[in-house]
Amino acid sequence: MSTLRSEEMILNVGPQHPSTHGVFRLVVTIDGEEIVDADPVVGYLHRGTEKLAENLQYTQIIPYTDRLDYLASMINNYALVHAVEYALDLEIPERAEHLRIIVMELNRIASHLLFVGAYLLDLGAMSPFLYVFQERERIVQLFTEICGARLTYNYMRIGGVKWDAPPGWLQKVREFIPFMREKIRMYDDLISGNEIFLNRVKGTGVFTQEEAINHSLSGINLRSTGFNWDLRKNQPYGIYDRFDFDVVLGQKGDCFDRYWLHMLEMEQSLRIVEQAVEAIGDGLILGKVPKLIRVPAGEYYAGIEGARGELGVYIVSDGKDKPYRLKLRRPSFVNLQILRKLLIGQSMSNLIAILGAVDIVLGEVDG
Amino acid sequence: MLNWQSSPLTGIGFLGMVIGGVLILGLILGIVTYLIYFERKIIGWMQLRIGPNRVGPFGLMQSIADVLKLLIKEDIVPENADRSLFLLAPIIAFVPSFMVLALIPFTATHVFTSNTQVGLLLYLALSSITILGIVLGGWASNNKYSLLGGMRSAAQMVSYEIPLGMSVIGVVLLTGSLNLNTIVVAQSRHIWYIIPQIVGFIIFMIAGLAELNRTPFDLPEAESELVAGYFTEYSGFRFAFFMLTEYVYVFALCALATTLFLGGWSGPFLPSWIWFAIKTSACIFFIFWVRATMPRIRGDQLMGFAWKVLIPVALANLIVTAGVALL
Repeated sequence: MSTLRSEEMILNVGPQHPSTHGVFRLVVTIDGEEIVDADPVVGYLHRGTEKLAENLQYTQIIPYTDRLDYLASMINNYALVHAVEYALDLEIPERAEHLRIIVMELNRIASHLLFVGAYLLDLGAMSPFLYVFQERERIVQLFTEICGARLTYNYMRIGGVKWDAPPGWLQKVREFIPFMREKIRMYDDLISGNEIFLNRVKGTGVFTQEEAINHSLSGINLRSTGFNWDLRKNQPYGIYDRFDFDVVLGQKGDCFDRYWLHMLEMEQSLRIVEQAVEAIGDGLILGKVPKLIRVPAGEYYAGIEGARGELGVYIVSDGKDKPYRLKLRRPSFVNLQILRKLLIGQSMSNLIAILGAVDIVLGEVDG
Repeated sequence: MLNWQSSPLTGIGFLGMVIGGVLILGLILGIVTYLIYFERKIIGWMQLRIGPNRVGPFGLMQSIADVLKLLIKEDIVPENADRSLFLLAPIIAFVPSFMVLALIPFTATHVFTSNTQVGLLLYLALSSITILGIVLGGWASNNKYSLLGGMRSAAQMVSYEIPLGMSVIGVVLLTGSLNLNTIVVAQSRHIWYIIPQIVGFIIFMIAGLAELNRTPFDLPEAESELVAGYFTEYSGFRFAFFMLTEYVYVFALCALATTLFLGGWSGPFLPSWIWFAIKTSACIFFIFWVRATMPRIRGDQLMGFAWKVLIPVALANLIVTAGVALL
């Protein structure tokens, strides 16, 4: 009897596909339902931010960073201004530092919330995606009040922040904290115990600590393997060393751990916001900064803990008011590199669960 | 009421049949149209949205507008598709879905539906023809997504037909008849079969959800994985056929669940058709509710669940029921 002839099939997922979270293309070779090869094709959203930055003054680059990881623009803003401040060795007023921490951690919560919603949507549950927008809306409203924008905030400035908190704003943040705590519990009740959800995410997309480090993963992807690495703790920047919070770790490095860490990190971010709101005092929001910012000639790198991992800005300056070269270490792009390894050998029905848990934002992948 | 099954075929009798058939078709189409509206509204409310509210008062004309839009769209046949099969597939899927409705006893007097002795068997037999339409549609489209969707559907529906069939045998054993109307009459005399056959009912609903390709078993149409599954290449009118098939089956399966387990049209005070409508709506609501709540199950787990859990439980239920019926 001759053996049944089978052949491999090439399936093109994306760039316009409901589950790729943007314009991401994945060329998958499948043998039946098993994935033999997966080739991510990126660049559909490439805008050349790094090149554009070479012709812009440092302050002018800030709005461009908004468009990288558009779910956590505040953190992107900070990454750039922090790098420049580090290069200039600037003194930042206390109030500005606190405001920065508050908006960044709120933004981290908003970003993680959207991950939870979108991930469940990937797995076929529609409702959580629509629920999370309610809480995210509260955060977005807070941001609108403080900087006038909903998505692209352009809030940070070199040496401080652009706007002071309007009257009553801090009180609203205070009220938001217990509200959000309760909502996190609600999501936990709704999602974390669902049998179907657990069956799909537990034990899928596993990578070891060693693999994670070899692939230079950072953020939740790295912490899900149990590796204790959070730049807010390990290389404290800003005033993070003043706050009391835990770095939450996973154990197995599977999709469930990554989902679970997003939930836990939201609680930790709330803790930071809570302390920052209490500790904030009056004062200036913008320090003494020269009118025209010239970074002394040299090379500078400053990395911060973004919503998706280590977000680094590398500046090469020749002493002018524009960078000679600006390199952004975009965590989504780096984290994406492990995808191929994770997908090979998996069943086709795990593809979306694995891709979703790596948590990429295409604006950041493509730069 | 005209009793056309026992009387010889005459011109007037035939005319009555045709008019009756057309009437019930129109009725079902109306029900299905509003079923879609109902689903969108319910899921909308569960997801803190408003749902359709633009077309007509409370958006009541939304589904009608959608159907009209689909009807006037261009009928596209992909260049590389197997043309004849591609055109035929939606019809093969669609026709049985309407045929099964002829078997459901909507009221005590059984208006315009056939009162056949093997109603239940016929329902299961007819509903499995639809799978052929789906597989053909997936194959004939000559598209990878469609093919995968069609294959998944076939595997899933064939697997789940077995527990579905087994779960209703308990009812047949208790009644001693395959006639759906006799089953309802037997329930109205004693007790709704949902109580002695609670296990059967649960298996029936789970297998039914899988048979309907609905959440959490909606793999064949997994939007996020395969765009739209077997009907990816279909547009306009033919897409509407697949869509209608799905919703007609939602209605038909809920009507069958009502008939088999919830006492059908029987109930005190109210006219029988109102009882039937209430019970069927409750079942349909349940299906929509599940859709707003559950994530999707994975392919291999889906099969494992059917073969390792549902079928053994259904078998055990069958043996216990047979033992009880024997005593």
